[in-house]
Amino acid sequence: MTQTIPMTSSAIGGMGHSMKRKEDPRFLQGKGNYVEDVTLPGMLWMDIVRSPYAHAKIVSIDASKALAIPGVLAVITGKDLEAYNLHWMPTLMSDTQMVLPVDKVMYQAQEVAAVIATDRYIAADGAAVVDVEYEELPVVVDPFKALLPDAPVLRTDKPGKTDNHIFHWEVGDAAVTDKAFADADVVVKQDIYIPRIHVASIETCGCVASFEKTEGKLTVWMTTQAPHAIRTVFALVAGHVGLSEEKIRIISPDIGGGFGGKVPVYPGYVIAVAASVLIGKPVKWIEDRMENLQADSFARDYHTTAELAATKDGKLTALRFKTLADHGYADAAANPSKFPAGLYHICTGSYDLQAAHVEVDGAYTNKPPGGVAYRCSFRVTEAVHAIERMVDIMAHQIGMDPAALRMKNFIEKDQFPYKSVLGWEYDSGDYHAALQKAMDIIGYDDLRREQLEKRARGEFMGIGISSFTEIVGAGPSKDFDILGIKMFDSAEIRVHPTGKAIARFGTKSQGQGHETTYAQIVAQELGIPMAHVQVEEGDTDTAPYGLGTYASRSTPTSGAAAALAARKIREKARKIAAYLMEVAEEDLEWEPGKFTVKGNPEAFKTIQEIAFAAYTNHPQGMEAGLEATHYYDPPNLTYPFGSYICVVDIDAGTGQVHVRRFVAVDDCGNIINPMIVDGQIHGGLSMGLAPSLYEEISYDEAGNCLGGSFIDYLVPTAVETPNWETDKTITPSPHHPFGAKGVGESATVGAPPAIVNAVVDALWHLGVRHIDIPMTPSKVWKVLRDHGVTG
Amino acid sequence: MSMRTVNFTINGEAKSVQAESRQLLVHCIRETLGLTGTHVGCETSHCGACTIDLDGEPVKSCTMFAVQAEGKSLTTVEGLAVGGTLNPVQEGFWEEHGLQCGFCTPGMMITATALLRTVNEPTETEIREAISGNLCRCTGYVNIVKAIQYAQRKMHPTPAPEAVLQGGD
Repeated sequence: MTQTIPMTSSAIGGMGHSMKRKEDPRFLQGKGNYVEDVTLPGMLWMDIVRSPYAHAKIVSIDASKALAIPGVLAVITGKDLEAYNLHWMPTLMSDTQMVLPVDKVMYQAQEVAAVIATDRYIAADGAAVVDVEYEELPVVVDPFKALLPDAPVLRTDKPGKTDNHIFHWEVGDAAVTDKAFADADVVVKQDIYIPRIHVASIETCGCVASFEKTEGKLTVWMTTQAPHAIRTVFALVAGHVGLSEEKIRIISPDIGGGFGGKVPVYPGYVIAVAASVLIGKPVKWIEDRMENLQADSFARDYHTTAELAATKDGKLTALRFKTLADHGYADAAANPSKFPAGLYHICTGSYDLQAAHVEVDGAYTNKPPGGVAYRCSFRVTEAVHAIERMVDIMAHQIGMDPAALRMKNFIEKDQFPYKSVLGWEYDSGDYHAALQKAMDIIGYDDLRREQLEKRARGEFMGIGISSFTEIVGAGPSKDFDILGIKMFDSAEIRVHPTGKAIARFGTKSQGQGHETTYAQIVAQELGIPMAHVQVEEGDTDTAPYGLGTYASRSTPTSGAAAALAARKIREKARKIAAYLMEVAEEDLEWEPGKFTVKGNPEAFKTIQEIAFAAYTNHPQGMEAGLEATHYYDPPNLTYPFGSYICVVDIDAGTGQVHVRRFVAVDDCGNIINPMIVDGQIHGGLSMGLAPSLYEEISYDEAGNCLGGSFIDYLVPTAVETPNWETDKTITPSPHHPFGAKGVGESATVGAPPAIVNAVVDALWHLGVRHIDIPMTPSKVWKVLRDHGVTG
Repeated sequence: MSMRTVNFTINGEAKSVQAESRQLLVHCIRETLGLTGTHVGCETSHCGACTIDLDGEPVKSCTMFAVQAEGKSLTTVEGLAVGGTLNPVQEGFWEEHGLQCGFCTPGMMITATALLRTVNEPTETEIREAISGNLCRCTGYVNIVKAIQYAQRKMHPTPAPEAVLQGGD
């Protein structure tokens, strides 16, 4: 299959054009429509009472003072929901979590009761005076301690559960790996912790739930990245109380950033739905920032002991990772169900490793549930961080340049498709070219010389590389499902009689620009100007079923579906054109926008003429109309990659890390809109910088959240963020209909190890081997102090 | 709760609204007046999604009471375009891809518009400092800085050398 995409005119605006975004005029003029902007007649407000304790028995809940406030209509507790068996719900990982507790709370800020009132201020007044009596229970915050034999068992709701262990999962050949380690010249070993972080999209989560009693129809405007899956979950969870899937409509309007945090079903959504059903009026719930940071699903929290083996001349021979995953009190990750640790076994990375063994265990602790992503495809960031750190440690250990060690061990261009030892089939890549390009742009050799000079003067300058391989576009139905629903995705295109089109998708943009890029795909395939292609997503009553937007899957799945639906339309258009021009179909040639009779360029029919004929003058025996739907089941995942180089200067007096330069060379296959791809990489790099230097959700021993507001959780501003330098190579995916791979998360995955590698590179000569993120000034300052640097 | 009558001008229109004395200005703007372009992202003055222009200064409307707007002149994102024509900042954000999800964008543009009204040729550092009270999670700020520089060139067309972005600290 050729993957060269012909360039259309800018009037058509197909793939490769940096078209301005179609969604922007409304955002620029304050006319976006986000969930909080939805107001319905008679709408009520919900506020949530939350637990101050991380683990406590609920002795009593007294709502009388709240109910005495004029305007407070109801206070809903776990006991109210228990009457309908709605007090627990399944997670996407087939674990369970509470909607509202009946007997005990499991993390600080857990939902305890909900106040429904006529006004947001009155609802808050009510929540402030709901009197809950607690009896504190022992708190488990450390996942290692959680697995000790004497640890209190947290999930007492699970019959027969005698420990806090959730799952054990392993992949690879342990015996072969052990032997490779035993035979190795050099082995490096490092404990690496990737802390809990939070996506902190600027829009928090919320919904407006409206149950219409007469029709029995539930409509929920909701901050969700996966509206169809949510509809099905609601039908499964609440089918027994009469919610039926054909009468559930989920509308995901404009979404103010998602990054994975808007995939799960949070208790607040379910309580608002229950309240609307019980009271018969629309109920709005919008969480505030502290609720968002303290209670919504987190990402990461992986404790890894990593080992890497090599020959003394730097040929990598084996990898062994052992990881403990802290999942909070419930496994509420959003991984494909076959993979409890997501796609973590991409951890052999960009290297031709022939032996690897990976083990992951999950543990319950008294923290909010989750394990969802932070702009990454199912634990790929954790995998890339570990392998890219270990490769750097190995390079330093054997005295080899980190770039040279990578070049020596990369999977070669002609090895693709490449079957990794842990079971993946990488579709395409040219890792040497990407790293070489990044080195050329940044002037690698000059930087190494400058570093030596500075080191001689006692200054700390470091250069860090990360050559990552992503794995996105989940996924092929033989391996990928969420709650049993296969991870296909969809597109439906209707061409109107005047040659304009509407296209609908099972995904949901949260800023990625789907209204523009999907229109460009349709424009590319049909020659209808992208300006004439209206894109809609997010309404389950109108869009075809799909699994939603996360894990960089929209272009690999729904984008592919758009191309294949358009090609179905093109085949019908060919028949109509042949009929109109009275020639055989095989005598027609397609170019974007028209069918021309071979050898006679004057004889052609445009797609607009054909569309009109499809409704006014179609061949007898052919169905009228010009539309198609495609459900795309990807044959494989796609494997974007890139090489990043970061240059840091470290202030010896304060420990502050200054990112002087950051060059990112990305390869996401063929590109739909270069401007948007660049924007995705800028954003991804910033969300790679953030946890590397600033962000962490940590807990004290009592389970108090220490990152629960924007005072403590430091989202970088424009002042901390460097000017990203981006470039690209293009290695099309051989199996995707137009050779694209997905790009939304590459930079978040690839950036952190480049930054850590740069910092450790600056300090290795002092004896520093590793620093866990976030590398805050105080942490780096302590490292410097402990290694004899007094600034 | 006591209700007060509050009079102010918003986007050039005189308004008289009833507000509870504790009502936040952003809720008055969004819910009483229905101008939902101004957003709420934190309620603690950190994120800047609620930034409006108050008598020529960008302020965070989530930490002001509605009654404090008495007699003031307010501009929200809905008041930036004049006669349906985008202002130079809005145009810059569109041209330079300075927005993705759009949630921080109204506050960001209000701040940028105020900056360019008071400083003719802000340096990149001045731009980054000016918008440091407005968080953006999507763009990485690079294109926001470019968008503001685009607007600056549009508003003050004196030829200036092409700027090369240096990044933040």
